Amino acid sequence: MKIVVTVKQIPDPNAPQKLTSDNRLDRGGEAVLDPGDEYGVEAGLKLKEAHGGEVVLVSMGPAKAADAIRKGLSMGADRAIHVSDDSLAGADALLTAQILAAAIKPENPDLVICGTESTDGSTGMVPPMLAELLGMPQATFAKQVEVKGDKVSVHRQTNEGYEVVEAQAPALVTVTAGVGEPRYASLKGIMAARSKEVKKVELSALGIEKGSPAESVEGVADAETRKAGEVIEDDGNAAERILAFLVQVKAV
Amino acid sequence: MYFTDAHEELRQHIRRFLEKEVKPHLEEWEEAMFPDSIVRRFGELGFLGLRYPPEYGGQGGDYFSAVVLSEEMARAGCGGLGMAVAVQAEMATPPVNKFGTHEQKQRFLAPAIAGTAIAAIAMTEPDAGSDLAGIQTVARKDGDQWVLNGRKIFITNGARASWILVVAKSDRERGHSGYNLIVVEKGTPGFQVTRTLKKLGMHSSDTAELLFEDCRVPAGNLIGDEGEGWKQLMWELQGERMIAAAGEVAGAERITEYAMDYAKSRQAFGQPIAGFQVIKHRLVDMATRTACVRSFVYETAQRWDKGEYPVREISQAKLLASQNAVWVADQAIQILGGHGYMREFPVERAWRDARLGRIGAGTDEIMKEIIGKSYGL
Repeated sequence: MKIVVTVKQIPDPNAPQKLTSDNRLDRGGEAVLDPGDEYGVEAGLKLKEAHGGEVVLVSMGPAKAADAIRKGLSMGADRAIHVSDDSLAGADALLTAQILAAAIKPENPDLVICGTESTDGSTGMVPPMLAELLGMPQATFAKQVEVKGDKVSVHRQTNEGYEVVEAQAPALVTVTAGVGEPRYASLKGIMAARSKEVKKVELSALGIEKGSPAESVEGVADAETRKAGEVIEDDGNAAERILAFLVQVKAV
Repeated sequence: MYFTDAHEELRQHIRRFLEKEVKPHLEEWEEAMFPDSIVRRFGELGFLGLRYPPEYGGQGGDYFSAVVLSEEMARAGCGGLGMAVAVQAEMATPPVNKFGTHEQKQRFLAPAIAGTAIAAIAMTEPDAGSDLAGIQTVARKDGDQWVLNGRKIFITNGARASWILVVAKSDRERGHSGYNLIVVEKGTPGFQVTRTLKKLGMHSSDTAELLFEDCRVPAGNLIGDEGEGWKQLMWELQGERMIAAAGEVAGAERITEYAMDYAKSRQAFGQPIAGFQVIKHRLVDMATRTACVRSFVYETAQRWDKGEYPVREISQAKLLASQNAVWVADQAIQILGGHGYMREFPVERAWRDARLGRIGAGTDEIMKEIIGKSYGL
């Protein structure tokens, strides 16, 4: 089976995040493969181990995103497609999904795996849009993915437990950390990744002239500072008041 | 210049692995020693064969891949586990890889790379440490067997080793041509672990005393040609000293950084103690000396990696790096004061662990003898 995993390079989430003067995330500092996408790669590799086939990474990003792509290749993915164009800087969710869809379509994958959302933008909109554009059913928040014949079956994480959702392949799934700890690359894997194919794709090759986001950021404001918590002093009915509070926030 | 981006990528994976699977258990292992299962895990991930041939399950990397592992182990504060892994990958196995036959590599090297076998090397004896040529363990040829008699002591991994590379004397008349390296496997009749020794530091690792009494092993357990043991051992010791030096530099860096952070946040007399010149200069000395030793260690490691045999420089690197690591840890204890002496802060263990560096793999004094000789002294 052919599995496409979407991957994205993001600013190191452990470093302080800054905005540029035009209200975009500053991507100038240390950058890493989105930790959420590492779970996607892991899920893809597990399926490949079980069913054979190949894992193809697809990424949209600047030239330096090649480092993040290579990390996925070091983990064991077979090859990658990297769409890069200056006009894509600041792409919104829709434009991203359109680009990814155009790059993925010719691959005719059996399965597309995405993280649930990027760790930097956190819109969570790209995978559903991508599924729509690819004309695939989508199964989201999967903590387990199985392929049985031409069906994709996932355990979809919910607040109460999980649902078993089945979809007809080709399908798109988004995966959570529940799919398992991303594997560590061996030195052999790291060295092998350096000779794996990373196909650079220009916008024109996708039949798109110039990236034009539908959304723009008009302004940015700081989040409201958190209010101090309520201190409950015990004057005989503290337990009832704590219980009432817990009920109110639906903790019990 | 010494590290490629592949090395740096490897470093990230090793670091994440140590963060997730090793660091959370280090305190517990200090009390109860590390389990064999963590050695298997290192093997699964390819960390025990970073620079060994793929034919035997190795990763085919260069010497700086091993340096990366050693540095990250030290940076994570692995202490005894770091030493055990270094013994496995950089001390007991290199002679098998370099001088062993294909069959010996399949029998001994491959399982050690996979982590399914734990390896040790046994040189020191109760009555012969620095005077290595004075060892009393004898290996006598009897038909198609070697018969070993003698005692070995301070053997890292010795209590749990699946196989031990034993240095033995075979012919008293032949001087340096009378030594052999012979593999003894666990469970061989006549071989026993007589004691597990308690020690100052490196608590997560086992250190054993071994006894060989008419212990018979097949002639095929001799590594390399008969009578080559001394030369093989001198070569092995260069690698042992080199990798120890790399780890010691990284350990000193870790403790220097820790002491700096502490001194910046610790308040005394109304200000952070890092603001006091005496503390600031102490920290600067720690960082400066460590940076200099690091450059020298890298330069020497690169020569070793290229196949040169720079005995003087390796001895100098090992001497300096181990002395510096102890000195830095001692300075850090002084900066932390009472806290530095307490188990709940990492610097006292760093000092205890580092102190071995000035004794193991050749004492300071032996390093100076070797260096002196290289200058014609």
